[in-house]
Amino acid sequence: MVKSEGNRLAVALGDVSLQNPIIPASGTFGYGVEMSQLYDINILGALSFKGTTLNARYGNALPRIAECSNYGMINAVGLQNPGIHEVINTQLPLLYSIFHQPIIANVSGFSIDEYQQVCSLLDKEERISILEVNISCPNVHQGGMAFGTTAEAAAEVTRAVKQVTDKPVYMKLSPNVTDIVAIARACVEAGADGLCLINTVLGMRIDIRRRKPVIANKYGGYSGRGIFPLALRMVNQVAKSVSVPIIGCGGVETAEQVVEMMMAGATAVEIGAANLVQPTICKQIIEDLPSLLDELKINRIEDIIGIV
Amino acid sequence: MLQRDWIIVSNERLTEQVWQMSLAGDTTDFKAGQFVEVEVPDFFLRRPISVCNAKEGLLTLIYKVVGGGTKRMTEMKKGEKVSLLAPLGNGYNLCKSGDRPLLTGGGVGVPPLYMLARCLREQGKQVKVVLGFNTGCEVFYENAFKSLGCEVELVTMDGSYGLKGVVTDYLNDDYSYYYACGPKPMLTAVIKKLGVEGEVSMEERMGCGFGVCMGCSIETTNGAKRVCKDGPVFESRLIVERS
Repeated sequence: MVKSEGNRLAVALGDVSLQNPIIPASGTFGYGVEMSQLYDINILGALSFKGTTLNARYGNALPRIAECSNYGMINAVGLQNPGIHEVINTQLPLLYSIFHQPIIANVSGFSIDEYQQVCSLLDKEERISILEVNISCPNVHQGGMAFGTTAEAAAEVTRAVKQVTDKPVYMKLSPNVTDIVAIARACVEAGADGLCLINTVLGMRIDIRRRKPVIANKYGGYSGRGIFPLALRMVNQVAKSVSVPIIGCGGVETAEQVVEMMMAGATAVEIGAANLVQPTICKQIIEDLPSLLDELKINRIEDIIGIV
Repeated sequence: MLQRDWIIVSNERLTEQVWQMSLAGDTTDFKAGQFVEVEVPDFFLRRPISVCNAKEGLLTLIYKVVGGGTKRMTEMKKGEKVSLLAPLGNGYNLCKSGDRPLLTGGGVGVPPLYMLARCLREQGKQVKVVLGFNTGCEVFYENAFKSLGCEVELVTMDGSYGLKGVVTDYLNDDYSYYYACGPKPMLTAVIKKLGVEGEVSMEERMGCGFGVCMGCSIETTNGAKRVCKDGPVFESRLIVERS
């Protein structure tokens, strides 16, 4: 590992030092095993593994994927995962054995209680550096409205999770809201150590011949290059109103866009949908960054965080 | 799985809607029943296409034009570079074939059976092939299978070529093990007719094609399985309860 002293790509998410700002986003990298067969994943800044719930979930009916021409895709996987106990017993030991950089655990829940249970179990995992809490899931006790759509519910999840862990808690914000800044502020006031934004944008495609939605779940999360400007704007708005570190996410697929995201206010950048079609994209971006910094006359990448 | 550029050697129409693309590259690790993800210009997602044959540096893909992406594939020209993720998926288990394997497929389920038939013939197996199509003008690869020395039976829904009906009308129990590939209703019918001592190749809409996005997970008798990574070939007993 390159020591951060002389490493111009190094950034820090609070107390968590990363050798570079590049993090594969949850749900686009599994638990690292498949990708580790393609390249040395230890070159990454960190890794956010597949979203985990308390119990195993099969997820939504198929088809779960719809393409959005050249701009990206819609997914409605429905949080398929083996459940926190299986993740801790099987997936994490394997991940620990192949990955030696900071690990971000992505947590999902359908009730406050579920978030707390999953986070308290992950709190005991020494190798996990950050808990990234996905609040785009529906609250089954509140008529299915997503936690992340009101400031009150987002703050309630934040407080509940902070009670059960000493690890840094990053709330992953949904863009499907009228005022993301209000929700970001509410999370920070409730104790969030950082924020990650944006999650996918609710979207839809219709098969005009069958006269039906393409995906079985009707609606799904739109991700990929088409959402980049939206994500960038939201990161910038939130960065101007909170002082905690932000992980920028949404449609990023080039080193130039990483620089844009960081200038907008992100300390680190997650790469999502691009991993699914260009599985070596994170490696490519990390390799491209130094010469881009030279060209832009940027000495250390952390110098540009939030300068716009 | 590797992400590599291949060179198109040919890209030709086989029938009204079915095309064959041949590509030059390294074919050493390919197994019958695997697939590749093809990068298509102007489309975000790659297209998963089954491997029809891979031998001595030549990869053959047969694809049906079903939408914009596959239509765009027909415009790709000889000599052009194409990025593939390959090889993907598990492939057929040849060890189970016995001496008289039965291969049955329908439509674009036929291509992966070709490489399987070739490999089984190279092992000296007596291979019976029953292929189903909607109509006579959609038939392809009949002679290719015959040239391998397979016993080939052709079935069309409308009876315009070969036998009339569906493949399951002509499957009998004179075989050691079966391999099937085709649309879901056909696979269900094959399992119902022949039982679970065989394996079938599944098809689902995919995201990544290499096991990270969970876009193509199906429920099996042994839990959720990713068609792209745990499959596309599954023992019939795993999907016997699917309807």
